[in-house]
Amino acid sequence: METVATAVEREPRTYLNVDHTLKSWLLTEDHKRIGILYLIVITIFFAIGGLFAALIRIELTTPAGDLVESSVYNRLFTGHGIIMVFFFLIPSIPASLGNFLIPLMIGAKDVAFPKLNLLSWYLYVIGGSMALTAIIYGGIDTGWTFYVPFSTGYASGMVMLTLVGIFINGFSSILTGLNFMVTIHRMRAPGMTWFRLPLFIWSLYSTSLIQVLATPVVAVTLLLAALERGLHIGIFDPALGGDPVLFQHLFWFYSHPAVYIMILPAMGVTSEIISTFSKKEPFGYSFIALSSLAIAVFGFIVWGHHLFVSSQSVYAGMVFSILSYLVAIPSAIKVFNWVSTMYKGSVELTTPMLYGIGFIGLFTIGGLTGLFLASMGMDVHLTDTYFVIAHFHYIMVGGAIMGFMGGLHFWWPKITGKLYSETWARLSAIIIFLGFNLTFFPQFILGYMGMPRRYHVYAPEFQVFNVLSSAGASVLGLGYALPLVYFLWSIFFGKKAPANPWGATGLEWQIQSPPLPENFEITPVITEAPYHYAPSEEVVHVG
Amino acid sequence: MASHSVTLRHHFENAEQQKDASTIGMWMFLVTEIMFFGGLFMAYIAYRGAYPEAFAAGSEKLNIVYGTINTLVLICSSLTMAMAVHSAAVGKKKMIVLFLILTLILGGVFLGIKAVEYHDKYVGHEIPGVNFHPEIDGHPNVAVQNVSLYFALYFGMTGLHAMHMIVGVGMISFLIFKASRGAYTAEWHTPVELFGLYWHFVDIVWIFLFPLLYLIDLHQGR
Repeated sequence: METVATAVEREPRTYLNVDHTLKSWLLTEDHKRIGILYLIVITIFFAIGGLFAALIRIELTTPAGDLVESSVYNRLFTGHGIIMVFFFLIPSIPASLGNFLIPLMIGAKDVAFPKLNLLSWYLYVIGGSMALTAIIYGGIDTGWTFYVPFSTGYASGMVMLTLVGIFINGFSSILTGLNFMVTIHRMRAPGMTWFRLPLFIWSLYSTSLIQVLATPVVAVTLLLAALERGLHIGIFDPALGGDPVLFQHLFWFYSHPAVYIMILPAMGVTSEIISTFSKKEPFGYSFIALSSLAIAVFGFIVWGHHLFVSSQSVYAGMVFSILSYLVAIPSAIKVFNWVSTMYKGSVELTTPMLYGIGFIGLFTIGGLTGLFLASMGMDVHLTDTYFVIAHFHYIMVGGAIMGFMGGLHFWWPKITGKLYSETWARLSAIIIFLGFNLTFFPQFILGYMGMPRRYHVYAPEFQVFNVLSSAGASVLGLGYALPLVYFLWSIFFGKKAPANPWGATGLEWQIQSPPLPENFEITPVITEAPYHYAPSEEVVHVG
Repeated sequence: MASHSVTLRHHFENAEQQKDASTIGMWMFLVTEIMFFGGLFMAYIAYRGAYPEAFAAGSEKLNIVYGTINTLVLICSSLTMAMAVHSAAVGKKKMIVLFLILTLILGGVFLGIKAVEYHDKYVGHEIPGVNFHPEIDGHPNVAVQNVSLYFALYFGMTGLHAMHMIVGVGMISFLIFKASRGAYTAEWHTPVELFGLYWHFVDIVWIFLFPLLYLIDLHQGR
């Protein structure tokens, strides 16, 4: 003890300063460092995907196709979709924040399989690089959905390379999900029972369930599409007796649950934030926890609502329609419980809380418009219009990215040990909220008026709303640029963060910021529920 | 390899937790494998339902003798694998090596017969997309392109299965190498046990593939 006393005075040992070499990062098995590796690559992909979105919005400012040709426009929205869905949104919260937090929250030293965890990151980088190469060298024009027979027969560009890239990335996702599930099952600290798990863990468990069960199906589907494109074996080609709708079934069997891979972790983040900044135990903990599982399970039996206009029988359509409505129940349970949690709580409007409240509002709009699309009659009118675009951007951007940003702001002091500027952060949260709504709300109206998606030339009467949307996109772009600046600033010049800057009760806040390489000096023993805010004392004290 | 003497990795509390985690991990991996093969089985169900005669005509082209021998070979290899796991559990180190080598040989026999079958298909012009002009004169009502679907699925499913066998043969060679140096004891032989699960899984997939691909023309009453 005496020998290390001088070292302690300088700076406490953390997972960040045990080793500074590049090798120590690229070969690390520490879940916290792997989380940061993910965070860096995810941010790069987000920037590239955002660049594509910017070009799309600039093109759509005028009704004529004056910035890019139609073939280039096809490549822009395909690149935007592929990068944002497969390489940003799917890994975003689970692989970065989830990796960092799961062992901390359940009282473990690491995830169950640290080497597999690192392998997952490499698979992600390799798959992402392949897709990026294809997009840079000519791009592809299939849309992110790769519908056959276009993608297997007629599409130009490096479709094959992209398919293989996404296939490899799929294994990153599967292995991450598997790792998390085993970790949550077997690595919990003594006393950490299932119903003492933080709600973020419940949401990640449900997410992992989807990753493990659904991703293999899309992997084999894309493999078949690649074979079809390379060898023309006829499996999806109607000219050879194959059935293109089979591809759609298999594709959406994954890609609908994939939406819940994106939104469930954001819901988990929101549950943590709302509870912490209301200084109250979440209202109906077990309902929020189990509704995550319910969403994961329902998510597997609703894929047919993507095929209402693809020759699916009316009766199948009716069943899928009703099942899709059912997803609204667990989703609504969450929304009501978050709101009830805030009710009579001592609400603090910090940056994470702004994102949390923003999430509730935007997710509600995204979810309710989803019900419009789940009803068959409406869907026939709205299919492939901007209404669909607006709906899923409210879920993916307004939901998933708001959750991601909220989580990043919430745990930033724990991850880096530094505090960011609260003023700037609040400002950017408000800018993002306003910019987001200005970008996507007009698209609901456009879609209802009948503007189809995936065209770069449109009728002049749609221009007003498109200009509003593009203006909103610039505001949104500014909102996303600001955090990049103040986060980087905080790393170099920010104030040191205390262990528990928010007064939260979670296990991860009871250890130093940033944590030790081994997380806990001694394995903690858990004796109470994760949210034990004193209810009355606080109020009496303030009053 | 450091894991020789120290088999407990630093992030686990005890050996039991480590073994539990590995076992659950393996079972979960096998579930993902079921879903992976599941996509192909789904395609099989859809197309066999749509083109039953074409599937029967294609199935007729397969060599049932080879298929049956291969089925027996794989079942025997599952037995030897189970014996290897048992030997590990009771700490008979030499028997582990012996049974793993037997399993390896049987796996090799399976892949050899499979290679002969693939070669026959090539000679018979029955590989879709590469060279496909099968003899189906006995089935005037069957379109060649639908038989092509059958063979596409045949090669897709057995090919994916064979890939798993090849990976298995690679892993088993590694296990034999480690076992011959006495790495696996009665207390710690998790890799042998988990590999056994994988091997049985690959075996079970074949048990489904064999009737679905080889025996459907019999079902049609030939």
